[in-house]
Amino acid sequence: MAQAAIELIGINKSFGAVRANRDINLEVARGTIHGIVGENGAGKSTLMSILYGFYQADSGEIRVGGKPVSINTSNDAIALGIGMVHQHFMLVDNFTVLENVILGAENDVLLKSSIAKARSELDRLEREYGLEVDPDAIIEELPVGLQQRVEILKALYRGAEILILDEPTGVLTPAEADHLFRILKQLKDQGKTIVLITHKLREIMAITDTVSVMRQGTMVATRVTKETTVGELAELMVGRRVLLRVEKGQSEAGAVKLSVKNLTVKDSRGVTMVDNVSFDVRGGEIVGIAGVAGNGQSELLEAISGIRHAVSGEVMLEGKPIDLTGKADPGELRDRGLAHVPEDRHHVGLVLAFEENENSILGYHDDERYLKGPFLDVDAIMADAKDKIEKYDIRPGNPRLKTANFSGGNQQKIVLAREMEQDPGVLIVGQPTRGVDVGAIEFIHKRLIAMRDQGKAVLVVSVELDEIRSLSDRILVMFAGRVVGERGPDATEGELGLLMAGVEHQEAAE
Amino acid sequence: MFNAIVQVLDSTIRLSVPLLLACLAGLYSERAGIFDIGLEGKMLVGAFAGASAAAVFHSALIGLGTAVLISVAFALVHGFASITHRGNQIVSGVAINFIAAGSTIILGQAWFQQGGRTPALQPGERFEAITWPGADAVRDVPVIGPIYGELISGHSILVYFAFAMVPFTWWVLFRTRFGLRMRAVGENPAAVDTAGISVAWLRYRALICTGILTGVAGAYLSMVQNGGFVKDMTAGKGYIALAALIFAKWKPVNAMFACLLFGFLDAAAIRLQGSPLPIIGKVPVQFMQALPYVLTVILLAGFIGKAIPPRAGGVPYVKER
Ligand SMILES: Nc1ncnc2c1ncn2[C@@H]1O[C@H](COP(=O)(O)OP(=O)(O)O)[C@@H](O)[C@H]1O
Ligand SMILES: [Mg+2]
Repeated sequence: MAQAAIELIGINKSFGAVRANRDINLEVARGTIHGIVGENGAGKSTLMSILYGFYQADSGEIRVGGKPVSINTSNDAIALGIGMVHQHFMLVDNFTVLENVILGAENDVLLKSSIAKARSELDRLEREYGLEVDPDAIIEELPVGLQQRVEILKALYRGAEILILDEPTGVLTPAEADHLFRILKQLKDQGKTIVLITHKLREIMAITDTVSVMRQGTMVATRVTKETTVGELAELMVGRRVLLRVEKGQSEAGAVKLSVKNLTVKDSRGVTMVDNVSFDVRGGEIVGIAGVAGNGQSELLEAISGIRHAVSGEVMLEGKPIDLTGKADPGELRDRGLAHVPEDRHHVGLVLAFEENENSILGYHDDERYLKGPFLDVDAIMADAKDKIEKYDIRPGNPRLKTANFSGGNQQKIVLAREMEQDPGVLIVGQPTRGVDVGAIEFIHKRLIAMRDQGKAVLVVSVELDEIRSLSDRILVMFAGRVVGERGPDATEGELGLLMAGVEHQEAAE
Repeated sequence: MFNAIVQVLDSTIRLSVPLLLACLAGLYSERAGIFDIGLEGKMLVGAFAGASAAAVFHSALIGLGTAVLISVAFALVHGFASITHRGNQIVSGVAINFIAAGSTIILGQAWFQQGGRTPALQPGERFEAITWPGADAVRDVPVIGPIYGELISGHSILVYFAFAMVPFTWWVLFRTRFGLRMRAVGENPAAVDTAGISVAWLRYRALICTGILTGVAGAYLSMVQNGGFVKDMTAGKGYIALAALIFAKWKPVNAMFACLLFGFLDAAAIRLQGSPLPIIGKVPVQFMQALPYVLTVILLAGFIGKAIPPRAGGVPYVKER
């Protein structure tokens, strides 16, 4: 194999209590395209940002072209010929393309000569790579695909020999992605080294020479792309985990309680996140939505719970439509029997600075049970909180404690207790056990199954495949915003893994 | 009547100078993404330090230098709190205002025992008016005479400096590398960081510019407008400058017009004091004094369109949560 362009040796990086990178080793050969895959939060961006000097590693060594280097700022990285296109673009929105390109790479104190030079240089890059973009356009008026082009131009303008791209295709249409890949191949042919972060396995197979898999902050494997399969990568990426199977009986599905028809949702950049999705959830069943994070599950949940605007489609709750303009009154939906345990309990589900008892009625505080005239009935609220603490085994059992001081698992129980105890007809739960300790996982699963057995309709979205398999009566798999398959609870992990990677058809044909 | 107008315009210029200097000072820091409510305090310490040093060393220039030095020091304190330690910029700014108000009185009393005043400045210790060539000769020519002789000629060097700072600031902002980076860091510090530029150092430099200008503004108050320091002599000018900055949408030339307008309201208020207007009758002074603020609110609310502050303004740059 060719000489190594980059070697990372024993890289560690923590953000507070989160260990984003643990003892990472990585070698990227010169003149190759090296893929890095892994679920959201696996630590891919962190690792590459360390290489680019945006973060500093807690420990570890970086070698570029065989020589140990110290990269303390992005300036050091740029000087070593490293360029990076970040997942969230690093552009000044109200600047022109030219201004963004020369920022930090100006010739001298005055701008005039830099602008002239950049103009002719952009012209050359444009012709050489087909990277067309109007140099005088304002960034915020450009579509995301072109903004990304500006980021690539920025790196090339600074003479990058090693180009890192962090999830570049997430914001692109398939045609734009193809164009990008052609450019990457051209760069590779010129001897440049490319690191491509993605969680789309198909892209890895199509364009990379080698691929490394990250999971929960560790580097789990590196493979030569030709010698691996999507199935193997999917398995490495998702990872096998302790099987947590809760006892549960046969489901007795009743009438349809929640019905989603042709739902399409776009994010703020106009990218389609949920693409024409339809399904029903009946009383007495748990429907699980599996998928690698970022394939539209979050947006689907938000649209159904009335938080996010849906472009088109229909959601019926007990036969009546839900307002999909994103301005639905959550209180009204609660009254109609829809309870929602959001994915992000810290920002959406709880007010961390509040006491436990306050969070345990949040959203239901207008309920007359908790009111005495126009005031909150503190005694009733405390009694209610104590009741929930006992029933859901929330520890420590002190309703006056600040919510931030509970562990992740107990915080989740506070939210679950609040939503479940309202006796809703439909319960939708995002990532029921994210960041929750093992003991609490089992408890939460039992509670969800108990809800089902009471005849409620339960919709669970989770990126944990084991969780989906052990809870669900029916499993829907989402990929790239679409439901790409439905399976029973006995579907194998491999089968679901392939669906999650969006390769069902391809694989079936082989 | 014509002479009365020229007189009002002349005092408009004099009164708008400290506003303009403070407004441009605020422009540097806010364009770099640091809110600075402490313009008032920095002007005040500048005024005090300038008048004190000028009185002690018998030199206007030493006074000006000291004013700038002390004001820059206060700007750096604001930077240390809000850039290095990522503190709340409003709190830090308010703290600077309080420290300035208190320390100038205490030190003034301790050093000079004149009830918080500094000794009255003698000629040579303050900046004198500069008479332009031929100004006296044309004085009696109608129209041109008063305009050239009163409006253009006959101001101190600091007045000319203030107005020269307007095109200069424009040039720095839009024609130099420092200006490009400063505007960028006020919009998206991460973009600056990943372009290989130090966010902190860039913001510190912007604050030094702020300190220099508030220092000159302070010196103008105590060494030109007044022959010495009087406690609380800034009297809210730092806040009016902030209003002007919003009004000007963070642009230098607009800033000049905004400050001239506010200066004019001030000049008119003084002129009209006590003399009844036709129809309306006597206008209370307080009304005229409140006008700049009222005007800012009204105009911002509907007439000049949305004033969008630099996007990263007021937010400390934190990479790792
Ligand atoms: N700036 C930051 N401050 C604190 N935590 C962070 C920061 N960036 C990432 N993390 C955490 O580090 C982990 C890895 O994140 P990241 O590298 O972005 O993963 P990936 O790119 O693989 O999705 C996550 O748990 C994330 O929450
Ligand atoms: Mg990432």
